Amino acid sequence: MSISESNTNMNVIDRDGLDRLFEVLVSEGYLLIGPRVRDASVVYDEISSTRDMPVGLKDEQEPGRYRLHERGDGAVFGYVVGPHSWKRELFPPVQKLYQVQRNGGKPDMEAPAADVQKRALIGVRGCELAAMAIQDKVFVDGPFVDEQYKRRRENLFIVAVHCNEPAATCFCGSMGTGPAARSGFDLAMTEVIGGGIHEFIVETGTELGATMLDAVPHRESTEDDRVRRAMINETARQGMTRAMRTDDVHRLLTRNYESPRWEEVSERCLSCANCTMVCPTCFCSTVEDVTDLSGDHAERWRKWDSCFTSDFSYLVGGSVRPSISSQYRQWLTHKLATWQDQFGVIGCVGCGRCISWCPVGIDLTEEVAAIRESEHPAKRYV
Amino acid sequence: MSTIEMTSDMGVIGADPMLPSWYAVERVRRENHDTFTLELCACDGETAFGFQPGQFNMLYVHGVGEIPISISGDSERQDIVTHTTRAVGTVTRAMWQLKRGDTIGLRGPFGTVWPVEEARGRDVVIVAGGIGLAPLRPVLYSILHHRESYGNVVLLYGARTPDDRLFVDEILTPAVESRIQVDETVDRAVTGWGGKIGVVTSLIPRAGFDADEALAMVCGPEVMMRFTIEALQRRGMDADQIYVSMERNMKCAVGFCGHCQYGPTFICKDGPVFRFDKIEHLFGIREL
Repeated sequence: MSISESNTNMNVIDRDGLDRLFEVLVSEGYLLIGPRVRDASVVYDEISSTRDMPVGLKDEQEPGRYRLHERGDGAVFGYVVGPHSWKRELFPPVQKLYQVQRNGGKPDMEAPAADVQKRALIGVRGCELAAMAIQDKVFVDGPFVDEQYKRRRENLFIVAVHCNEPAATCFCGSMGTGPAARSGFDLAMTEVIGGGIHEFIVETGTELGATMLDAVPHRESTEDDRVRRAMINETARQGMTRAMRTDDVHRLLTRNYESPRWEEVSERCLSCANCTMVCPTCFCSTVEDVTDLSGDHAERWRKWDSCFTSDFSYLVGGSVRPSISSQYRQWLTHKLATWQDQFGVIGCVGCGRCISWCPVGIDLTEEVAAIRESEHPAKRYV
Repeated sequence: MSTIEMTSDMGVIGADPMLPSWYAVERVRRENHDTFTLELCACDGETAFGFQPGQFNMLYVHGVGEIPISISGDSERQDIVTHTTRAVGTVTRAMWQLKRGDTIGLRGPFGTVWPVEEARGRDVVIVAGGIGLAPLRPVLYSILHHRESYGNVVLLYGARTPDDRLFVDEILTPAVESRIQVDETVDRAVTGWGGKIGVVTSLIPRAGFDADEALAMVCGPEVMMRFTIEALQRRGMDADQIYVSMERNMKCAVGFCGHCQYGPTFICKDGPVFRFDKIEHLFGIREL
């Protein structure tokens, strides 16, 4: 569905209206989580108003490269995605599973209370909504349910933003997840800036979204607004330079477990795990046990883990995947192929984070293309 | 959010699949120099523990860690939960130190089961290597309880040395008495061993079963299973008559942690027992 066909109620708020919306959400008990700048990159953390946000900044991204620049305008959402993804709000990087106190008899076990904090996520992109829907399949839709994840998910208010200017690493267009947000939001905004205008065209996705928007000064959208919005989205779509072919990728990768390309990429890959940490869908975790000095009080923590470590696949006698080539093969083949067997969807949303944050600039779209190419070498005319 | 139904019990969390229940150690029994059997019973003394042959539990030792261990007991006994494992890691070493009355955290049972029901009325070939006999012991208990329901039953067992042989009194001897053909071999003999020496696959060509209709259940190191399957197939068995139990690193057992992936499968949910034709295409791939 293209954005111009969406049949949602559309209104317009001005620049001050955005801060007003934040105030409304806070007054309704929501913790605002949104983009802000830390360590020269856009991350997601608590914000209190647009003053905390990367106003007037743009990100320049290339394989192995991420830089923030001044835009020269006051755009609030004039960048795309940084090293953080929203998964940290639902599936925290470090989370206590339970603690146990030994006291002679049956130990006392205590699990953390349900996280009932309501969170409003500000500026969620189309690719990120798709990523959340993918993680739902892992943590909520399976035979077992991660209750903490589910509870946090239920308590979200999502303000989506359609991307106006994709980065060079973005390929959401070919993954069908962006640059416009499709579904799964309470409100979705198109930022309109230029020619003395700075407004947000707001679509309503849920009744809750409509209720919040009602408390903010707004006007109904006009035909002009809707045309402008469609044009902005079309420009974004056409501005995307990267793409990945996915129709054949499941069969391609699962018949290429022995491709020499895995060895080739392993000569560049540092197995640093950056790609898995920045990926908005990667869900692997490990556990860590800690005790106090007496040994009577023990805690069990869950932490993000990565298939790029040899510990990850350790069995008695050694690691199943000790080589970088088999680790990279596991990551890419899972992400793009076997994920489909497991969850019915591809595990990649085209956000490009793994490309930008790879220290050596490995680009998964290029790796897939190279494996495809290796099956059909270009004809050489001698 | 619209994608997930809101629940009314806000603030009350549902059953958390990562939280263990407490069991008390009833007995720790030494099997050989590095292998022991742990018998547990529910701390409340009432909870019946039901499982099917092939399934596993996650066992948690206070402050040390949690690991998957297959259940090696009799599935018709619900008062005792039995596990047999080698003390080769931090958690299993700590487990061997436990004494009667100590508590242990247990989650489970998890995973797929051996085809004990499908095998009724047919010949059964059980091939075990080393500790691989432990996950198969519940199958043997089941067959011993209902011996008349099965055709020819063959147990082929390979151990490292005669001293490493497991369950001699519980399984190997009663099996022979119940008309189960038990054929054993060891990698390395000691003085007094009058039996066979060599790999377990060498027992397959002459084992007494009807390859056209038998079911095979195989558990041991991956390389042993590979050669066993080849030998069974040379006898004329098809991939869909052969079942194997796979092992991978595992942290959660409920499909969250990602560690136990084997190609498209999660060993915890889709395994550990697989009909071989389901994973045949993955079996020879190195470092998968």
